[in-house]
Amino acid sequence: MGEFRMPSLGADMETGKLVEWLVTPGQRVKRGDIVALVETQKGLFEIEVFEDGIMGEPLIAAGQTVPVGTVLARIDTGAAKAAAAEMRAEPVAGKASEPASTITPQKTAPQQQAISSERVACSPSARRLALELGVDLATVRGSGPHGAIQRSDIEAAAHATAQATAAPPEPKAAGIEPTAAQTTESRMRQAIAAAVSRANREIPHYYLATEIDLSRPLQWLEAENNKRSIRERILPVVLLLKATAKALRDVPQLNGFWLDDRLQVQSDIHIGFAIALRTGGLISPAIHHVDRLQLGELMQALADLIERTRVGRLRGSEVSNATVSVTNLGDRGVQTVFGVIYPPQVALIGLGKIGERPWAENGMLGVRRCVTATLAADHRATDGHQGALFLEALNRHLQKPEVL
Amino acid sequence: MSTAQKTTYREAVKQAICEALRRDPRVFLMGEDVGHYGGCYAVSKGLLAEFGPERIRDTPLCESGFVGAGIGAALGGMRPIVEVMTVNFSLLALDQIVNTAATLLHMSGGQFNVPIVIRMATGAGKQLAAQHAHSFEGWYAHIPGLRVLAPATLEDARGMLWTALEDPDPVLIFENNTLYNMEGELAENAGPVDIDTARIRRPGRDLTLITYSASLFKCLEAATILAEEGIEAEVIDLRSLRPLDDATYLASIARTHRVLIVDEGWRSGSLSAEISARIMEQAFYDLDLPVERLCSVEVPMPYAKHMEEAALPQVDSIVTTVRRMMHHG
Repeated sequence: MGEFRMPSLGADMETGKLVEWLVTPGQRVKRGDIVALVETQKGLFEIEVFEDGIMGEPLIAAGQTVPVGTVLARIDTGAAKAAAAEMRAEPVAGKASEPASTITPQKTAPQQQAISSERVACSPSARRLALELGVDLATVRGSGPHGAIQRSDIEAAAHATAQATAAPPEPKAAGIEPTAAQTTESRMRQAIAAAVSRANREIPHYYLATEIDLSRPLQWLEAENNKRSIRERILPVVLLLKATAKALRDVPQLNGFWLDDRLQVQSDIHIGFAIALRTGGLISPAIHHVDRLQLGELMQALADLIERTRVGRLRGSEVSNATVSVTNLGDRGVQTVFGVIYPPQVALIGLGKIGERPWAENGMLGVRRCVTATLAADHRATDGHQGALFLEALNRHLQKPEVL
Repeated sequence: MSTAQKTTYREAVKQAICEALRRDPRVFLMGEDVGHYGGCYAVSKGLLAEFGPERIRDTPLCESGFVGAGIGAALGGMRPIVEVMTVNFSLLALDQIVNTAATLLHMSGGQFNVPIVIRMATGAGKQLAAQHAHSFEGWYAHIPGLRVLAPATLEDARGMLWTALEDPDPVLIFENNTLYNMEGELAENAGPVDIDTARIRRPGRDLTLITYSASLFKCLEAATILAEEGIEAEVIDLRSLRPLDDATYLASIARTHRVLIVDEGWRSGSLSAEISARIMEQAFYDLDLPVERLCSVEVPMPYAKHMEEAALPQVDSIVTTVRRMMHHG
């Protein structure tokens, strides 16, 4: 029996509101299927399941706000055909509202009676953790092998208890039990405030900027776009994104997280691309594996992401796992971007306006189309030397657009 | 700062032997085919011409005899490096190694130490079958009085020998025969390394892979694959099999709470069993899952390539086992 839990869509997310169930009990789901819509401070997200199986009755009804890690529904991962048939006998869409009053994540007493007569299967480490956090093992349901309780179960139980006790008297705690006055926008503002405050408080930023001559890549792009249908045309920012990904391959220390007091370089390159929302605020969903995408694929991925961001239909994985960020403020005429790193990432690349500038080279003055690329990087993770190598690599890759 | 040069494990071992021969006139190399033939694995190729027959000595096919002679030389003040062609053949010298080299210091009340270094090839993967391809280093790790080393990296292949020669007591160095052709970068000024500690070769938060020698690279490859799935495995290279550096892997387990031991030796009564027991004794309350082991299948090592591969821990089986542990089922 698997469990479908409220996912964490970012380090700063503590709770999420289950907005809508997109599946009905008894429905067969596969890994990767979208089964629910969840609203966080950053907006509305489609949530995937990670197991194949048959969806059980919802434990949390639509409209409820619950802590990260709360079990939302169980998924029967065995060959539970009989159960499926039984559930199908009364498939009701409105069912989701019913169990809310009876089942809450902390109260799992009925299941406990079955195992209370024997010794609770619990890993030694989880047992010690339970003692430290004051969690009663009899109230915890194990998710480990043969139902054994593991550390993660204890952590979830402790977290749920803390939330349950803290929530009522402390409506102030960011995002828990939003009041009617609190709009999505103001909550998003709070989320942004929390992230940038942490960035400014914890991350010793350093900034580097360089002017890049884009004449050659843009000429190449124009020729390339002439060969493409209008729908398939590629925007200059795609060249910049792809070159950024390739430069990150050359200088991998900028692609990763600062966690546990050390740099954790990530092998995958997922670029968080800052997108301003029409309603105000911004969100930085990830384009996955940018270094492996062809320019055409990257253009499609970008267009798709912008579209879904603006209508509020992002996937959980897209908002939680960017390994580096890119901010492009050139559209608004900005010359140079000095960005704030999104923790726990260690770098943010800023792109300004692409425009004509006087350019001196080989003793001659000419007019070239240029962009100012900036790097804001975490000095704990890298030094200026690596940052400089990155900007140099970015320029080098851009000058060879045909192999991007 | 020194520059790195491209080299092989074989070349690194050879450089280490050359350095020892140059630095210390008491050092000499002795073993079957080490001279005129240049070594069964070509490690000592060219050394006879450079250092002469006094210091690069071919021996008869008699492990018991030449290992015994090496022990005698060590007792007499020399610093012999004895090469035994494979660990399977070393069984013929077991009496010399276990009953003599390992015990003399004790039996002489501390009067006679035996500063010998015995190098031998170990491990499967080259279709050398059941009399040339076993991994008995775990057996030697059972013996008090011996130090047992398993260099996996070029740095260790280059650096462990000198430190071993400096040690006043017998040291066994196991070189996995699949590593000799391994290429990599080695600093030009690479030199002696410590022979006491294990190393974290890849940090990770989710699970600890404890391994040594050639299996290290299988574990690192598996860790790369697992990282793409979001599982961050920490890979520990034991380096020294006796004494074991408990502190390094116990500290890792205190962070990850899960552990898989990957050992090319057989499972029953093995080094992996010893490590597992130590974890149970010293880190029981850090464990979130039972300790698991991935070892060679308990059969004499097959000759047929596909069967030999199937008998050994491989990248695939490591990945599969870790996945099962992380997702339990």
